[in-house]
Amino acid sequence: METVSLPLSHLEEGQSALVLEIKLTGSMARRLQDLGMVPGTCIRCERIAPAGSPTAYCIRGAMVALRRSDADNILMERRV
Amino acid sequence: MTPLQIQKKTPSDLVVALVGNPNVGKSTVFNFLTGLRQHTGNWPGKTVSLAQGRYEYCGRGYLLVDLPGTYSLITRSEEERVTAEFLESGCADVVLVVCDATCLERNLNLVLQVTEKVKNTVVCVNLLDEAKKADTQIDLTGLEQELGVPVVGTAAGSGQGMERLQAKLRAVGEGRLKPKPTTMSGTLCGNEDFLAETYVRRAEEIASRVVCCGGRGAVWQKKLDRVLTGKFTGFALMLLLLMGLFWLTIQGANYPSSLLQAFFDWLREKLENLLQFLPPYITQPLLDGVYATTAQVISVMLPPMAIFFPIFTLLEDFGYLPRVAFLLDHRFQKCGSCGKQALSLCMGFGCNAAGVVGCRIIDSPRERLIAILTNAFVPCNGRFPILISLILAFFAGSGPWGSLQAAGMLTGLVLLSILMTFAVSKFLSKTVLRGEPSSFAMEMPPFRKPRIGQVILRSLLDRTICVLGRAVAVAAPAGLVIWLVCNIQFQNQPLLYHLTTLLDPIGLLLGLNGIILSAFILAFPANELVIPMILLAMSAQTLSLREILTDWTWKTALCTMLFCLFHWPCSTTVLTIYKETGSKKWTFLGVILPTIVGVLLCLACNMVL
Repeated sequence: METVSLPLSHLEEGQSALVLEIKLTGSMARRLQDLGMVPGTCIRCERIAPAGSPTAYCIRGAMVALRRSDADNILMERRV
Repeated sequence: MTPLQIQKKTPSDLVVALVGNPNVGKSTVFNFLTGLRQHTGNWPGKTVSLAQGRYEYCGRGYLLVDLPGTYSLITRSEEERVTAEFLESGCADVVLVVCDATCLERNLNLVLQVTEKVKNTVVCVNLLDEAKKADTQIDLTGLEQELGVPVVGTAAGSGQGMERLQAKLRAVGEGRLKPKPTTMSGTLCGNEDFLAETYVRRAEEIASRVVCCGGRGAVWQKKLDRVLTGKFTGFALMLLLLMGLFWLTIQGANYPSSLLQAFFDWLREKLENLLQFLPPYITQPLLDGVYATTAQVISVMLPPMAIFFPIFTLLEDFGYLPRVAFLLDHRFQKCGSCGKQALSLCMGFGCNAAGVVGCRIIDSPRERLIAILTNAFVPCNGRFPILISLILAFFAGSGPWGSLQAAGMLTGLVLLSILMTFAVSKFLSKTVLRGEPSSFAMEMPPFRKPRIGQVILRSLLDRTICVLGRAVAVAAPAGLVIWLVCNIQFQNQPLLYHLTTLLDPIGLLLGLNGIILSAFILAFPANELVIPMILLAMSAQTLSLREILTDWTWKTALCTMLFCLFHWPCSTTVLTIYKETGSKKWTFLGVILPTIVGVLLCLACNMVL
């Protein structure tokens, strides 16, 4: 069992990972915090839009859609 | 800072502030308690609207103030500021935090922030019926111990637990029950980021103790989402739903419209009798001008809106609309905007003014402005009759095949207007409204059974009647102006004749004529007036458009339809744009943008075809 780190946007549908680091600033970072996204939070990729963006993630029991450009800046840790 | 004007009916009324995340059923709780005894108002100086309502319980009055849905009190958005300010002002005797039992952990973040600020708090864990379906159990007593404030479990949609809730609110409000929230003041130091994280972790800790999550949520929800956001099925369904909505609105509105017209004709006779003692120079402008125009606007405007808005609100309640934004966000992002514009665009199909107000859901001011300025590019309910009449008169055959052709052409025109919206949005975002794409984090709530009775009542009162009121306020004076233009003589001809003659050269250049152009100008109060104005200008009393328009070619009809799609917004919309943006500059842009597009398109059509 090893852990890999990858951006949130690289998660496929059905895969989960833990938040390692949020490389966003300002209102977006705060917004994600409000939605419960802090280091260590488990996030599951639920559904990717046909155009590739946004993607719906399950964060603490709620589905939240995030754009690919934002998900690129959230580093996750996954056990493979 | 002046707080919201609270109107207590009696001095002993208790003020209850209602807070909670979006989509937790806060409005259900509010509506259940206050029924129709409520009104919506604006927080002074801000565009956030707040509802206040009153109910009585055990001989005492309670004033509920419905604060905007927020995720936390720390972030600095308009909604969060309003909520935080209100809670800090001490206006509220009790604060009621409504939570969603199906995602309690996330909701606890706000609960903890509220109890940190206000001691007199009651927590309502709502949507217990949904939680049960999702196999989630909540230990309410345990939660009460952890938080130190009273906790009541409810399913507001069916009224479950509401009696207990009212009892608890009474107990806390009257001071007989004194909550002792477990504060975290010991650990709360450091910057805002650290603060926010602390709340999140504490919420996680509490949830792990009181929430028992069984399965992963209903399977049918996932299946439905798969269909609604699928590559082909998603878009196909969206198109079908939109077409279905149009068809229902148009078909369903015919009969009520003619009924209303008959009613107004009957009423007019009565009025004529009543006012017969007045001289004709007073009764004629009143009856033929003000009354006739207002009656026309109401009978044509009201039925379609009374069908469109409730259905739209039902879709909203069900949870479908975020899926639309989910599908279209990428497209809108490429045009410099965001997926929520799709929703205000859909509202615009009902009424452009309502669509402009609907732009409030867009967080970024820049993107909100783009959505407001482009809303008038889509045809509202008032413009559909024009398009349909012209299609049927000039382009479609008869019988069922003809109807299909007509439906196809209408859909084509609507798609054209949507394409134009994208193009102009992109243009705006590259020129006057340049900026970075905003932060987009959109919650997609689980599908819920819409509360049909509530929805229909709410949308009738809020959206339909409100827009209608504004339209009537504008139609009445406009009717007077129209009557004057048609009846005041100058050089032996009515003013209208002079107007149409003056506009003829410009009209012909655009593939129209002076009469059509005058009709559009005089129909500034409401697009519903265009056809009546054309008929009026041709001094005809019959209603068959095809018979009248013998000197029109199909090119004229096409240019008229294009101009109908792209011309200045109606006066109600212009007023609404001004109210929402607070700026004359942007309102002016909102007026000339569609006009320029319409003029250019008509010119092009006229030259090329």
